[in-house]
Amino acid sequence: MLDQVFVLLKQWLLGHSPAAIQPGVSILLTILPILLVFPVLFALTTVLERKGLGRIQNRYGPNRVGFYGILQPMADALKSLTKEDIVPTSADHTVHFLAPLVLLAVAFLPYAVLPIGRNMIAANLDSGVLFFFAIGAISELSVFMAGWSSRNKYSLLGAMRAVAQMISYEVPLLLSSIAVIMAAGSLSTVEIVEKQAGFSGIFPHWYVLTPWGFTGFILFMIAATAETNRSPFDLPEGESEIIAGYYIEYSGFKFALFFLGEYLGMFAISGLGITLFLGGWSAPLPFLTWIPSWIWFFAKLLGLIIGFIWVRGTLPRLRMDQLMNFAWKFMLPMALVVVVSAGAWRFLPQGVIRWLVSVVFIAVAYVLLARGVETRNKIAKRTYRFAE
Amino acid sequence: MTGLAGCLLVSSMLFAVGLAGALTRRNTILVLVGIELMLNAANLNFVAFWRFGPHAGAMTGMIFVLFSIGVAAAEAAVGLALILAVYRHTKTTDLSQLTGVRR
Amino acid sequence: MREMTVPFLILAAVTLVGASAAMLFRGLVHCALALAVAFAGIGSLYLSLGAQFLGLAQLLVYVGAIAVLIVFVILLTRGGDSDSPPLSAARWPITGLMVAMAIFAILAWAVLHSFAIHTAGTLAPQATIRQMGTALMESYVLPLEVIGLMLTAALIGAVIVAMKENPR
Repeated sequence: MLDQVFVLLKQWLLGHSPAAIQPGVSILLTILPILLVFPVLFALTTVLERKGLGRIQNRYGPNRVGFYGILQPMADALKSLTKEDIVPTSADHTVHFLAPLVLLAVAFLPYAVLPIGRNMIAANLDSGVLFFFAIGAISELSVFMAGWSSRNKYSLLGAMRAVAQMISYEVPLLLSSIAVIMAAGSLSTVEIVEKQAGFSGIFPHWYVLTPWGFTGFILFMIAATAETNRSPFDLPEGESEIIAGYYIEYSGFKFALFFLGEYLGMFAISGLGITLFLGGWSAPLPFLTWIPSWIWFFAKLLGLIIGFIWVRGTLPRLRMDQLMNFAWKFMLPMALVVVVSAGAWRFLPQGVIRWLVSVVFIAVAYVLLARGVETRNKIAKRTYRFAE
Repeated sequence: MTGLAGCLLVSSMLFAVGLAGALTRRNTILVLVGIELMLNAANLNFVAFWRFGPHAGAMTGMIFVLFSIGVAAAEAAVGLALILAVYRHTKTTDLSQLTGVRR
Repeated sequence: MREMTVPFLILAAVTLVGASAAMLFRGLVHCALALAVAFAGIGSLYLSLGAQFLGLAQLLVYVGAIAVLIVFVILLTRGGDSDSPPLSAARWPITGLMVAMAIFAILAWAVLHSFAIHTAGTLAPQATIRQMGTALMESYVLPLEVIGLMLTAALIGAVIVAMKENPR
């Protein structure tokens, strides 16, 4: 009952509205929650990130504004709304204005195919996963627009790096999703979640609990970190490297819009990772199914966000050539091996044999590829030199 | 005017625009852009006939367009690589100056 | 005129404006961005005609890859710095325009005087992904393999052609 509370609310509101405007009201009631919930989640994530990073770096985060700093997003919003909007005179004004708008539009669209709960999806497309990736591919163009329109060499450099990085990491992202699509037999996100909603004994049927699914999930998350330009892949926007990359020349509200777009992209791709690998809205243990499905989705989303923040605070930034080598020479072959392993899993009979075959495929490939990547760089063992 | 005729007219207009651009513009990259527009116009034609045509059940139209998109992508990649190579050689992408073969 | 619905007209207008802008603008990067708009318009037209997979594949391949590739090559060949010189390649650009207009006139005449005017609206064909996958793997498996081979060859060829030559 609590599980379907939003669906029932929508149907009750639809029943009480006149028949002439029912389609419009239906669309509005579907879209408005997405437009309200995820920006609020963005606000909470900014505080969580700054506090979390602060604690990892052995300092407090922001703690002035509200109770333990929780009203910090309000202060940030006020600041960015009241800052002067400076546009350089030699910038291309039309493209400069359009870039954050295109980014925002493209950042909100993928939420339409994420199933947030049982029967709670905005658009049950037959090819939902493909829709997600198509819209993600369009966002590269908006990054380029932002970087080029500023007529600033650093900005253009940051934009080209960002686009090259996004294109390179799109391939392992797509390939690891293909393994899931193959196993589920459908491109529709609703069907993929429903295939993972069963239990065998105490273990759920989530794809992350299979050898190819586990590897695929790790590859997917690494590629997702790179796609959304999060650390350790944030060279295009690194503050110490290139002075904030492709959004140098943006100030005030447009900068906040870029920030919003980036975080929304992060949530969307985490949502897709949850849908494909972590079982969407399904509970992890059979005796926990009384907790509503949408709470499970947001709990998993929160877990992934904490993972992103943790990785940002821990790992150093990758250099551009290290980044590209990692994508093309390690992740792409690994993703192909995951696809093969998923195929073997699908067609072998249940039991120890298919676990063994899948794990052997992945382990052999990993060892060979890791050796290949390692020997190329000839990293010496670290030596310490102390002051004497 | 039915849906089929509307789609066909749009694709003819797109083809004409692509052709005009490919014939008049001076930069090699824009000629390639015109060629891509012409390919897209032909694909739109296929999809229109698949949707409104008599043999509505067969998948032939869609499969053809899928392969056409793939071939166009490969052709764009190779064409742009050629433009890069020519630029590296002659330092220009201006068609009126790339007359080396004519002499 | 019953099937020339408003969404179709809007999408067609966006596509044609984008395509004309791609061929008319002076700055190369503006042309490339207008081209991306035109591609997105065509993808939306496919979606409105019921070809779901095709529309999304068009967006993924054309807007996400080919438009970005064109932009990269424009920047690598210094097209983004200065305005390109006046349009014409030929001595009289008007001949190109006349040829294009003549071809459009012939095509439009052919469309308007053919059976297309009288085709009644048929039901949208069933085009699930499952059917498309079955068709690709059963009836069209040979073209599928050939296109895989061709894409590999094009990939390797493009990389080799565009690679910097080793300094001798």
